[in-house]
Amino acid sequence: MHELALMEELRRLAVQEARAQGASRIHRLRLRIGSQAGVDPEALRQAFAVVMGASDPQGQPEDAELCGRPIALDLDVVPTVCFCPDCAQEFHPADVIHACPRCGALASRILRGRELELVGLEVS
Amino acid sequence: MCGQCGCGGGAAPEVGATAATPIDAPEATRQLTLQRRLLERNDLQAAANRSHFEQHGLLALNLLSAPGSGKTALLEQLAARWPHPPVGVIVGDLATDNDARRLQAAGARAVQIRTGDLCHLEAHLVERAFAQLDSRGMELLVIENVGNLVCPTGFDLGEHLRLAVLSVTEGEDKPLKYPALFRSADAVLLNKIDLAEAVAFRRDEALANLATIAPAARLFEVSARSGTGLVELIGWLEQQRSQRGLQARAHAHG
Ligand SMILES: Nc1nc2c(ncn2[C@@H]2O[C@H](COP(=O)(O)OP(=O)(O)O)[C@@H](O)[C@H]2O)c(=O)[nH]1
Ligand SMILES: [Mg+2]
Ligand SMILES: [Zn+2]
Ligand SMILES: [Zn+2]
Repeated sequence: MHELALMEELRRLAVQEARAQGASRIHRLRLRIGSQAGVDPEALRQAFAVVMGASDPQGQPEDAELCGRPIALDLDVVPTVCFCPDCAQEFHPADVIHACPRCGALASRILRGRELELVGLEVS
Repeated sequence: MCGQCGCGGGAAPEVGATAATPIDAPEATRQLTLQRRLLERNDLQAAANRSHFEQHGLLALNLLSAPGSGKTALLEQLAARWPHPPVGVIVGDLATDNDARRLQAAGARAVQIRTGDLCHLEAHLVERAFAQLDSRGMELLVIENVGNLVCPTGFDLGEHLRLAVLSVTEGEDKPLKYPALFRSADAVLLNKIDLAEAVAFRRDEALANLATIAPAARLFEVSARSGTGLVELIGWLEQQRSQRGLQARAHAHG
């Protein structure tokens, strides 16, 4: 469950950003996750519930205020995009094998699909 | 506050007192747009580790595999055969310190990270363990990750190279089942090659799978039992060291 470690980091970042913006409560988080990022959305949601449910993981009471009430989690899944150097073209791989649909060459460059980013916060 | 006029009245409703709960006026919320990578803190620490290793003249490896593929056994071989010993090892393991003892017996300088139920190593754990390692005169540092083919994938530890171990007893299709980890590898060590015949290992199929998932990775067919392939692996690692201009340091940097 490295998802737990990631969600703890998410909580830390969200609290940091919300505080910097003078917010008193976090309502919603938007996370961008690449389909190659090695996280399972369901496991991520479970870990999110655990981490956000923990009243005071870092011993900081202000966190509890910001995160005290249920927070919605939106997950944007980013599909994988590879690059074929031979065709100088991007492509979406059909499966786990990243073969270029035009020439069949195996791409070793992944342009998108590894993201694990906090991209939005709804606060009040 | 009551939430309407800022009068300071209207204490928070007690949990479960639904009948008496005042209707919550929808709070005015605002949207913040940002872009913060969840791994940014780990990545920063990893970058710091990498430059620290370089100041010490070390080539650092992250060794990854399923439990039991032979990471520790391979490191015992590597420690015994590396031309300029000692090899440094940071080993992540669940509870016991058996691996560290095995490695020390083979001539390595080993530090154990007791990971408890953690399923992967993180850069700050490696930083702490490295502080306990006497790296004087050392050229090679290997971090043996927790036996897991999923969780360690996204965590940079500050290594220069990632080596994934796959043993012939694990099935030819393992790279297809765990593509992200094998794709991140700079080299794949196909271990327990001494058992290939006994387990009717389909070598061509395994190599074809590896080639489709990790076309750029170097492949070494090795045996930690017999020492097969270790000479080639050591030669490649020495080449990687000199490509990076790494020089062993007799003294700790200032
Ligand atoms: N026959 C054979 N056994 C091996 C080889 N490498 C490791 N083993 C055995 O596989 C088991 C697991 O090895 P270990 O190094 O502890 O795996 P780790 O969990 O990846 O560190 C041990 O019993 C080793 O002796 C090999 O190349 N050939
Ligand atoms: Mg081991
Ligand atoms: Zn995990
Ligand atoms: Zn192409």
